[in-house]
Amino acid sequence: MANKIHIVCVSGTREKLQMAAMIASVAAATGDQVSVFLSMNALPYFVKGNGAKAPAEGELGALLEQKGVPPFKHLFQQAAELGDAKLLPCSMALDLMKITKDDLDPELGPATGLTRFLSDAEGGQILTF
Amino acid sequence: MSECKVVDARNTFCPGPLMELIRHMKKASVGDMFELLSTDDGSSNDVPEWVHKAKHEMVSSEKVAGVWHIRVRKAR
Repeated sequence: MANKIHIVCVSGTREKLQMAAMIASVAAATGDQVSVFLSMNALPYFVKGNGAKAPAEGELGALLEQKGVPPFKHLFQQAAELGDAKLLPCSMALDLMKITKDDLDPELGPATGLTRFLSDAEGGQILTF
Repeated sequence: MSECKVVDARNTFCPGPLMELIRHMKKASVGDMFELLSTDDGSSNDVPEWVHKAKHEMVSSEKVAGVWHIRVRKAR
């Protein structure tokens, strides 16, 4: 049976989003069932037309700017396209931002509450960034 | 022998080369051969690991003048 990996993205910093996206894309492309719960400061990057850059926390974050590093949004897209990863916007964060699923990038799945996410994640591992 | 398709992922960082290879292999037919070019040393460990896990076939792997040439056949 496929391994199940649940990722929670909370932070809006570049390093954390990058690491989460790397794990999501590689795991999903390898056949794991991946779901990514996007909340707090991680969610605004997935609003349609938001081209804002995630701020670097430190030295490695600055190095990620260099040419050849796949941007985290691209990796999340690949996770969804190549590996059927689910990218799930947190319904509470959507409410706070006064937006709906339609305001988000098309690769994002349905608005999801914590109860649903936790029940799907039961027995599996949850990684938080 | 079927043709060998070159996937040039030189100068991209992890997991760029692996994801490029997977993207191309997903669209290909069983039996197709790929040669991934990567300057990321991590690829020499990561790609065989993925090939094994995804049940494809490693053909060869060698570093020539700083570039990894990793040949893989789509097996399923």
